[in-house]
Amino acid sequence: MGELRLMKGNEALAEAAIRAGVDAYYGYPITPQSEVMEYLMAANPIKTTGMVVLQAESEVASINMVYGAAGAGKMAMTSSSSPGISLMQEGISYIAGAELPCVTVNVVRGGPGLGTIQPSQADYFQTVKGGGHGDYHLITLAPASVQEMADFLKLAFELAFKYRNPAMILSDGVIGQMMEKVELFDPIPRRTDEFIKETCPWATTGRKKGTPHRIITSLNLVASVQEAFNKKLVDKYTKIKENEVRCELINCDDAEYIIVAYGSSARTSMKAVDLARAKGIKAGLLRPQTLWPFPEKQIQQLAKTAKGFLSVEMSAGQMVEDVKLAVNGTVPVEHFGRMGGMIASPGEILQALENFINKK
Amino acid sequence: MAEENNVNDIIKEENCVFKKTRLLTDKPLSFCPGCGHGVIHRITAEAIEELGIEEETIGIAPVGCAVLAYEFFDIDMQEAAHGRAPALATGIKRVYPNKYVFTYQGDGDLAAIGTAETIHSCNRGENILIIFVNNGIYGMTGGQMAPTTLEGAKTATCPYGRDTSTMGYPLRITEIISQLPGVRFVTRQSVHTPAAVRKAKAAIKKAFQYQSEGKQGTCFIEIVSNCNSGWKMTPSQANKWMEENTFKYYEPGDIKDDFKLLKDVVKK
Repeated sequence: MGELRLMKGNEALAEAAIRAGVDAYYGYPITPQSEVMEYLMAANPIKTTGMVVLQAESEVASINMVYGAAGAGKMAMTSSSSPGISLMQEGISYIAGAELPCVTVNVVRGGPGLGTIQPSQADYFQTVKGGGHGDYHLITLAPASVQEMADFLKLAFELAFKYRNPAMILSDGVIGQMMEKVELFDPIPRRTDEFIKETCPWATTGRKKGTPHRIITSLNLVASVQEAFNKKLVDKYTKIKENEVRCELINCDDAEYIIVAYGSSARTSMKAVDLARAKGIKAGLLRPQTLWPFPEKQIQQLAKTAKGFLSVEMSAGQMVEDVKLAVNGTVPVEHFGRMGGMIASPGEILQALENFINKK
Repeated sequence: MAEENNVNDIIKEENCVFKKTRLLTDKPLSFCPGCGHGVIHRITAEAIEELGIEEETIGIAPVGCAVLAYEFFDIDMQEAAHGRAPALATGIKRVYPNKYVFTYQGDGDLAAIGTAETIHSCNRGENILIIFVNNGIYGMTGGQMAPTTLEGAKTATCPYGRDTSTMGYPLRITEIISQLPGVRFVTRQSVHTPAAVRKAKAAIKKAFQYQSEGKQGTCFIEIVSNCNSGWKMTPSQANKWMEENTFKYYEPGDIKDDFKLLKDVVKK
């Protein structure tokens, strides 16, 4: 059994970064995720694992520092919250275009604009539908516990390097700030420069004489070349969709009504499912752990027997669109959510579910 | 009549007086004839070759006329978003402190959209080399006003001349940079005469050598250059105009060395 600790989600993520052998964290403070860099600065891992921790002048600089280090084959990451992630979108698009493996973490707060500093899930569209310019996807993991804040950090890097694709951990202010028991995985040594040269032949680590130089770029001036590259990306995304969908099904075997919820909304929805079951409603919960790729097939499978789906999110209704696409009109799909930093209680979710059922 | 020379008898190693550095690829340069970028590419590549550091050097290309620098330098290169090259360089240098890292940027890239990245990487004293090519115009997008465009100079976006009352003043960012304690070496060079080319190359070489000493400190080399097509002049006219006008505002010469200012950079 790994080491047990009581930690905030943000702290667990930071500790996991050191333990996962991450080479560099470049960041900029923003509520509600500043604990990530504070924890890393206090841990001072340059003295132990050699991990670099640097406070940049902006989120724009942070993501571009990540670009540089990732382009040289290193495990690099940044974290921020909604307004800061908006600033990073340019860099994220370039990283997707240059096919660089890295991890960004968004501990989402209410928006638009400066919004609130309280929890929200209103950045779903930005994360899974683009955010930056151009056709691209981020592998998106949605932790629903402090445990998953730690575990998904490691998983995000594994997937990012497996596919040479940026990964995003889409968390929220609840998961980042709340404290829970977490079992930490054992530390993994940082990858050696030799290992990077062997496993990342594309990385700009310095051209050896007699070998072609490596170029990290997202620029293709010829349209047909760009289209061929776009097709290559589409092929990669298809492979990721086939292989990397992760979700948790709770009480879904005999469920007539399925709540679809991720992150902290999944935690409150779990309780709502229990309350519904106690009232004799056959409710279940589908909790996507990957938001992109989205668990379409799992939803389609459930739609064969379920009578309806309720998407519960802290937003005006974003993921509900993907649930509708998956269900494809076979059964009713509705959204329930609070916004602006307000968190729906299990009782409110149960009420929304009952309203949904009675409407039919 | 003298016996005709066979050209193949002349092309011999011992007769070679000049050859292209092997650290430039054979790809034809995309710069306009007469532009300084080609020479600046060459002397940068020559400096790296002569120092024997090509296997340990990573360069960052900008957005602007030199966007394709990564196709011309035969070393490992990364292409940055507009203005972000010093952030990429920081990201690389911090995880590979023993590598040589340089950026190659124009005036719009470095002194307008990338001002924050420029100032802060220099202020942290990142142990990198920034090569800043200042020709006072946005060449690639078709000749618009740059932060360094001289007062009164006409461009596509200041067709009646740069009016400082509404468009601000030409930015001497190099003088600003020189005042940051983290910066080790600052110089302003040009490549419009053979003598100037030699001096500019010596400065680039010196900056790379500084990087190897492990002493933290940014090296910043501005190269004042021309843009004959953007300035609507012949190459020789452009160089003459540069000497007569640009050099008055952007004075060539060393500004800072080994962390010590060599001249008064605060203009009255």
